[in-house]
Order: sequence, then structure tokens, then C-alpha cells
Amino acid sequence: MFASLPLRTALTAATLAGLAGAAATPVSSAQAADIRIACYSDGNECPATKTLAERFMKDNADIHITIDEMPYKSILESVPVQLAAGNGPDIARVSDFSQVAAYQLDLTPYLKDAAYWQSAYGPVLDWMRSGPDDHGIYGLMTQLTVSAPIVNKTLFDQAGVPIPAKGATWDDWAAAALKVAKATKIPYGMAWDRSGARFSGPAISEGAKYFYSAGHPPVVDDGFKAMAAKFVKWNQDGTVDKDVWVSTGGGYRDAFEEFANAKIAVYLSGSWQLARLQKQIGDGFEWTVGDAPCGPAACTGMPGGAGFIAFKGTKSPKEVARFLDYLASEPVYAEWMAMTSNLPANVDLQKKKLDYKLSPAGIAAMAQFQANATTLTPLAYKLQGSQLSRPMFNATVDRISQAIAGQITLDQAYERITADVADAAAAKAKK
Amino acid sequence: MNLPERPMRWMQDRLPDGRLGWLFVGPNLAIFGIFTFLPIVIDFYYSGTGGTNLLPTDRPWVGSENFSSLLACKDYFDPNSCVRDQFWYAIWNTVKFVALQVSLMLVFSVLTALVLNRKILGRGFFRAAFFYPVLLSPVVVALIWKWVLQRDGVLNAALVGSGMQPVEWLLNARSAFGWTVFVSIWAHMGFYTLILLAGLQAIPADIYEAAAMDAAPPFRVFRRITLPLLMPSVLVVLVLGLIRAVQIFDEVYVLTGGGPGSATTYLVEFIYNTGFSSQVRQYGLAAAASLLLAGVLLVLTLVQLRGMRGTKGNSRG
Repeated sequence: MFASLPLRTALTAATLAGLAGAAATPVSSAQAADIRIACYSDGNECPATKTLAERFMKDNADIHITIDEMPYKSILESVPVQLAAGNGPDIARVSDFSQVAAYQLDLTPYLKDAAYWQSAYGPVLDWMRSGPDDHGIYGLMTQLTVSAPIVNKTLFDQAGVPIPAKGATWDDWAAAALKVAKATKIPYGMAWDRSGARFSGPAISEGAKYFYSAGHPPVVDDGFKAMAAKFVKWNQDGTVDKDVWVSTGGGYRDAFEEFANAKIAVYLSGSWQLARLQKQIGDGFEWTVGDAPCGPAACTGMPGGAGFIAFKGTKSPKEVARFLDYLASEPVYAEWMAMTSNLPANVDLQKKKLDYKLSPAGIAAMAQFQANATTLTPLAYKLQGSQLSRPMFNATVDRISQAIAGQITLDQAYERITADVADAAAAKAKK
Repeated sequence: MNLPERPMRWMQDRLPDGRLGWLFVGPNLAIFGIFTFLPIVIDFYYSGTGGTNLLPTDRPWVGSENFSSLLACKDYFDPNSCVRDQFWYAIWNTVKFVALQVSLMLVFSVLTALVLNRKILGRGFFRAAFFYPVLLSPVVVALIWKWVLQRDGVLNAALVGSGMQPVEWLLNARSAFGWTVFVSIWAHMGFYTLILLAGLQAIPADIYEAAAMDAAPPFRVFRRITLPLLMPSVLVVLVLGLIRAVQIFDEVYVLTGGGPGSATTYLVEFIYNTGFSSQVRQYGLAAAASLLLAGVLLVLTLVQLRGMRGTKGNSRG
């Protein structure tokens, strides 16, 4: 009996292998192309995309889409490493395009109508490009964001302080916020997300130029210094909640919880917070969005946003392009933006009224964000699209935080910001 | 001939003398080689390369540039005079942390072990209570303490409840540093106490009986009997504590993120930030810093080995 076992095993294995072989051909031809998307949500972007993907898959049975929702930090830290190792997703929702620039897939040959993409999404396509000579289409913006002050109107009303009107400067906003804090006995007047992008809008308003013709961008100029000095002072005199910038050693931190818990009166964040504002604050207090505060040079916030970027490593470039084509089509994109309460990056839709499912406060806030988008300066757009924007933003946050903590002086911070950006530029340039 | 013997004999017959041992250690060597030695070799290679590309083939060779950049300083005691100021902040923070954490932890561990070695009420409970934090994940430890220490945390709630002003525990550089030391001691002390407790229990009781008959005062008993005989355990605790302290990362990363500013940025966090967290990833610089850290750990390990040899020799003599 035992002697016959190997023969029997061999026969069984051969039969199974034969069956598998016979079955393999028809199954593989009918197999769907798998598309894996690495996604993070500001509000509900991933679930909303999943709803649309399910609808897309019903009409496109040859494509199977899997959406892996992960934290923002994982996208920032893991996806570039996965891509470098040749093991990345087919598409990822990315806000820092420069980090994945080397792995981006030019979708142009695969798109149904590349000219439509150029006309509808033209201004933001540049953000994903490596420079002026690059004309590729690498992805679809899942939102257009604009930073602006979000205001706890209830606290302002209780304090009897009017919300600063259009044309008010950052000094006016800081003074009003501090007055409200004192009158209502909240710990601080204002908080800014711990983000270099958030800082750069006020800095540009103050006159920062960020770009110069020769060499590396020095970042630090008089306009930058003026805003940095104000911001450090506000952190030290209690106008701004320094916990947000100082208590964390590195990286991004938002101040949403401080605002939602009515610990601050003014919160510098942006349009991507709309869904959270609606959901978490609800009827807790009245909130509104203010006009972009001004400086001597401009009244601008910062544009930004995240996009679905397609990657070269995909085995299904045509199918990836088909899905992104579907999302980019005007009716689907409009529905997507309405579902996620985001400003559209589609220029035609920016002129139309979208069917946002928002509360009256949310609708008013969306209208204000849209109005603020019209005052964004070209420099703000250029900065957002720069390959060196992230090193500039990171250096700003790291060094200004050190200055607020008293570890270095502001002058030392300026020197270090310049050196850090030059160092990052040199590291990027090494091939 | 039983079943396992058969293949052994078969292999012995076919392999030359002394080669069978290699066959047994082979799998282990392969695992060690792939997951320990190969990364070390890769680390050496990366430390000599620059740029931001991950794949070794895409990275330009820069020789000792990363090391010279890390070590370029006008005054090593002033991080602001160094090209890589963050690296030197991390170095000095780590030195201060190691000195304070290890010495305090050693003192508290010895004291706790001495108390827990006595016949006190609820000794079993206290032994378990002191060991309990060791069972917690470092992330959980950090989150618990963050919950206690943050601005609206439990500690400030207690202060406000008793009519006092809240304190910004994690916003002040000194207090944040102090809390990282405290939390680290709290989390690891149980383990070292256990080692010392085992050492105390290994001391023969008749020596203490002889000391009691001679009416030796308690402090002299501690100094002349307990401490010398506990020395091998103290040495183990000291070296293990030093190595662990130099490697500090997880608890502090979650508790303070290295802040305020870079007041609690330690060496491993600098390496992590440079290589993985920063948007421009300088793997070469991170690899060079990790080799410098490895050098420190190697020295500490050699000290441990030498110390253990010394104590073994003493115990024989």
C-alpha cells in the first residue's frame, strides 16, 4: 500500500496540473485588469471614489478596482518607497507631486480626449509636471483647495468684536482674534495648521517672492521675514496657539481639534476641512469663512490639493486611463466634487453651481472659498507647483518652530531655511 | 537503526569530515546573512552614496562626503555652528538623555529591587505592578503619557481642579526633555528591576546571617555584601540600559515627535527623519549617521563583554 502511494500521488498531481492547465487559458483571458489605488481622505474622498468606482466597474467588467484607504502619513512615507522598489500602486492620491515625479505615467496616449483634459484641467496639470518643457498629463486633481481663515462666529458675537472685513490685514485679524480670546476667556485667539504651505500665503501677502532668477530659491526675503517675525511674536504673546507648531517635533499637524473644541476664534486652514467642519461641529457653534487677509503685497491664500496620480509601474495603463477618463468627465467630476464637498479643479465647473449637500453654513463657506480662489496670486500657484515647494515648506516649519521654541534666533532660522533648501535642491540634483 | 538516524548516516557517509555541522547551521546562517549582514553591507554602501534615489544603481558615489558633512562643525558643543545642526542637536540630546536616564534608572531599579526582595505586605502585587509597563507596547506607553501630559490632559485637569494654573509640560524644552526621561524610566524599569531581583536572590543567605551575628549595620551590609555580589547583575543592567537608551525612538517619537523645536530629537529619530520622513530623502546621510550610531553601540557591547569577562574572572578567583 505504502509503496503505491508515490505513484498515486504523482498521478493525482498530474491530473490536477492537467486540469489547471486546461482551465488556465479561458480564465486568464476573462480575468479583469486589477487596478489598486492608494487613497487617503481629508473628509470622505476615498469612500466617495469607491462609490463611483463600483458604478464604473458595473459598466466595465474587465476592470477591477481596489481602493486601499490609508493615513496621509503612509502616503507620504510609504508610497514613494514602494514605487522605488517597483511594488507601488497603480494610482495614488498624492498631495506632494514632486516626491513621485520620477514614477508618474504620462497618460496622454491612453486618454480618450487629451485635449479635453488640457482645456478642463490645464492650470493644475502644471503642478504634476517636472518643468516648463514637460507637457505630460499625469493625473487628475481630486480637489482644488484654497487656504483661508475659518472663524468661530459665535465667539466673535459673544465678544462683540466684528469679523474683519474684506481688505483687513493679518495684523487686523490677529488683533481681533486676541480681543475675542480675552473677552471670551479662551486660551488663544488664533491657530495655523503646522504647515509651510499655510505660512506661505500670508508671507506672499506680506511681500515674499520665493523665486529668484539665479540659482536656488533663497526663500527668505524681506516679505518672508516680516511675516515670520509677526508669526513668532504672535506665538510668544499668546495670540496664536503655539502648541500646534511647537509641541510636535516634525511634520504636519492641523489645528482642527482646537477649533472644533472652541479653544480658538480664528483657524487658518482651508477648503478641504469643509466636510469635517460640517460633521464635527454641526450645531455646536456658528462658523464662517473669512476673506483672504491682506498684506502690503497681496490678499492671497495658497492653492493646493491632492490628485490621483497614475504610475509607470502599472500593468494596465489603458485601464487606469479609462478609469481616470471616467472620473474626469464633467458630470461624474461634478458629482464627485459634490459628494466630497470639494472645490472643482475643472475650470468649466468652477463657473457652475454644483449640487453640494451642505448645510447653509457649508454653502456660505463654499461660496467664500470660491471667492477667495479668485484672489490667489500667480506666485501662489507657481509656488505650489514648484519641485522645491516641499523642501521650502518643510524648512519653514522646522526652523520657525525652533525659533518659536527659543532654540534659535530668527536670524539663525533664516540662515538655516536658506541652507536647508539649498541642501535639498543639491540632493535632488544629484543623479 | 531508528528513523532519524537513517538520513543522518546517509549524509555522514557522503559529506567529508566536519561538514555536517555546516549543514545544520546553514539555514540559520542564510537567514542571518540575508536579514542582518546584507543590510549592514548595504548600509555601508549607501553611506558612500548621495542623491535621493532609493535603488543603489541609481545613486551616485560620493565617498566620505556624508560623513564629512555630518562631522563638519566649528564647535562641536554648539550645534548651531555645525553644517548639520540637527544631527548635533540629536547627538547632544542623546548624550544627555543616556546619562540621565541610565543613571536614574539604575538607582531606582536597585532601590526597587531591594524593597521587593524584602518580606513586605503585597510583595507579589508590587512585583507585578512594577513589571507591568514592560509588557506594554512603547506606542501605548507614549499615548498613555501623552494623554496625561498634553495641554488638556489628565495632569493639567488635576492641577486646574485643585485651583492651580495648568502647565505646558510638553511645550517647554526642559520639561519635555525631563518627561521623556521619566516616561522611558517608567516603561523599562520593571525589566531591569527583575534582573537585579534575580541577582539579589542569588546571594547566599548565610552571608547575611554571618553579618547579622557580627551586628553589622544595614548600610555596611549593603555596601560590603549586597553591592559587590550584585555587581554582575548591575553591569548587565548598566550595559543593556545604555544600549537601549542610545536607541531610544518609539516612545519619544509618539510622545513629543522630537519637539519642542528639536529639544527631544534623539539620534535614531534624526536618522528616521533624514531617511524616511523628510520629503527629500537623504538615504546616504541617514546611512552614514546610522553607522556612527552602530559604532557607539559596538563600543558599548565590547564594554559589556569585557566587563562580563572581568566579573567571571573575579568570581573564579
